[in-house]
Amino acid sequence: MQDKRFKIAHKEALIGVVLVIINFSIWYGFAYGLGSGNPLQYKYVLGFPAWFFYSCIAGTVFMIICIWLAMKLFFKDISLEEEDKHQ
Amino acid sequence: MIHWQVIVPLFIFLIVIFGIGIWSNKQVRTSTSFMQEYFLGGREMGGFLLAMTMMATYGSASSFIGGPGVAYNTGLGWVLLAMAQLPAGYFVLMVLGKKFAIVSRRIEAITLIDFLKKRYNSHTIVILSAISIIIFLFASMTAQWVGGARLIESLTGLSYTNALLIFAVAVLAYVIIGGFRAVALTDALQGSIMIIGTVILLIATVIAGGGVENIMQGLVAENPNLVSPFGATGNLTPLYVSTFWILIGLGVIGLPQIAVRAMSYKDSKSLHRAISIGTIGIGTIMFGMHLIGVFARPVMPGIEVGDKVMPLLTLEVLPPLLAGIVLAAPMAAIMSTVNALLILVSSTVVKDIYLNYINPKASDTQIKNRSFWVTTIIGITVVIFAVKPPELLIMLNLFAFGGLESAFLWSVVFGLYWKKANKYGAISSMIVGIVLYIVIYSFAENIYGMHSVTIPIFASLFTFVVVSLIANKVKKIEDYHF
Repeated sequence: MQDKRFKIAHKEALIGVVLVIINFSIWYGFAYGLGSGNPLQYKYVLGFPAWFFYSCIAGTVFMIICIWLAMKLFFKDISLEEEDKHQ
Repeated sequence: MIHWQVIVPLFIFLIVIFGIGIWSNKQVRTSTSFMQEYFLGGREMGGFLLAMTMMATYGSASSFIGGPGVAYNTGLGWVLLAMAQLPAGYFVLMVLGKKFAIVSRRIEAITLIDFLKKRYNSHTIVILSAISIIIFLFASMTAQWVGGARLIESLTGLSYTNALLIFAVAVLAYVIIGGFRAVALTDALQGSIMIIGTVILLIATVIAGGGVENIMQGLVAENPNLVSPFGATGNLTPLYVSTFWILIGLGVIGLPQIAVRAMSYKDSKSLHRAISIGTIGIGTIMFGMHLIGVFARPVMPGIEVGDKVMPLLTLEVLPPLLAGIVLAAPMAAIMSTVNALLILVSSTVVKDIYLNYINPKASDTQIKNRSFWVTTIIGITVVIFAVKPPELLIMLNLFAFGGLESAFLWSVVFGLYWKKANKYGAISSMIVGIVLYIVIYSFAENIYGMHSVTIPIFASLFTFVVVSLIANKVKKIEDYHF
């Protein structure tokens, strides 16, 4: 018989996969989207080349916020112990 | 040349760590379940501890010494590559997640191999896994050990052998007596030092370079490619850099020293907190240290040996006492990796080999004695090898990371989430993964412009699925499902 907690665990693992896909897209998109031109004509944000700022700095901060939100909104507080031991 | 300012903080650091070892030993002696306590810390880790031990085990000599050196010569492109490590902070814990924790409690698993043994019910898998863990991790332990001794050598001016002895005594003492609890607690201290050290050095470097804009101008003036994502010589292609996501981001699930931590935490709350803290920690260290390497270039031009960038820069831009604290960071990174590997190899020998095949009826006292002795003997053997590391060991270390990932990633993930996964699929995928990785690494490194680990990971995935499906068709398999 399927443990009910596993349904929750499966959903959470799936959230991990979705987050990684978002993470990779931001990282790849900004780095090579903005950084492929001539380095002498880069735009700068706060002293950093724009591709680097968005891909490595803003992207990382964004991911940390997403992860924190996922913890608050989607991750459930369930018991990890064997049920019979608890009752 | 002896840097006293470096030695004093380092010395204080060692005393605190000894204290933790002695305190943990008390827990080990009073625990009702020795094995669970000594090899898993009694599954009592809270969120902060779990985050720190994951981060500290994962961050090693290469994050603090080797990585910044490469970034110094390559530019911002290498920082981009290093950021592929961010998922190591959340992806591993989310994917193994609660299911791994629930299952390992149910089957009372102490090691990763316990889990595989129960799931696939196969001696071949146990032996194959135990051998690859012992060989690969013994080799990487030796390499980290050599790195630790070299670092002490360069900071204190002691001879290599003396430096090695100091390092060995420091690590062995607390790991042998305190077990996993001592490892995790010292990891919390070491992890904090790693983060604080990174932040201090980054700020000091930016100030020494006259601000970010000034540093960027200096880099562009020398070689505009240093600020591009493609690296100083333009050799970092998007494909090559992207495949690092497999090696240092996603594949990390397959590293036994990381996976075992995902069965050692206390409750759901610990997991949630660890995911948030761990991601911030790994992000800070990987971003900070590699960016420091790039920034060091205009601040201290002309350093020829990459590994010397971080220590030299620290001594240049920081006042003595702060330099001592920052230089304790790479030491902490090395120690926290070595201690995790030592306790893991020891658990493999005691739990997976001794208790499975040599003496299944061992009494509690016997297990206790064997565990202390095995840890001691492995530790001393590593030290002896580290005095003059043999060629073969150096080579095995290069295979370790990718080899273990190719071997374990799919067996663990499919074992948890795919009902049709069976031992035939697991065994064949392990063999295909390891062999293919060693062959590609040795004869066709970075084939088709991808990191060597890419093809073995996909090939072992394919093998796993196809063989499992065929085996299911051919005969009825009675596996244990979760």
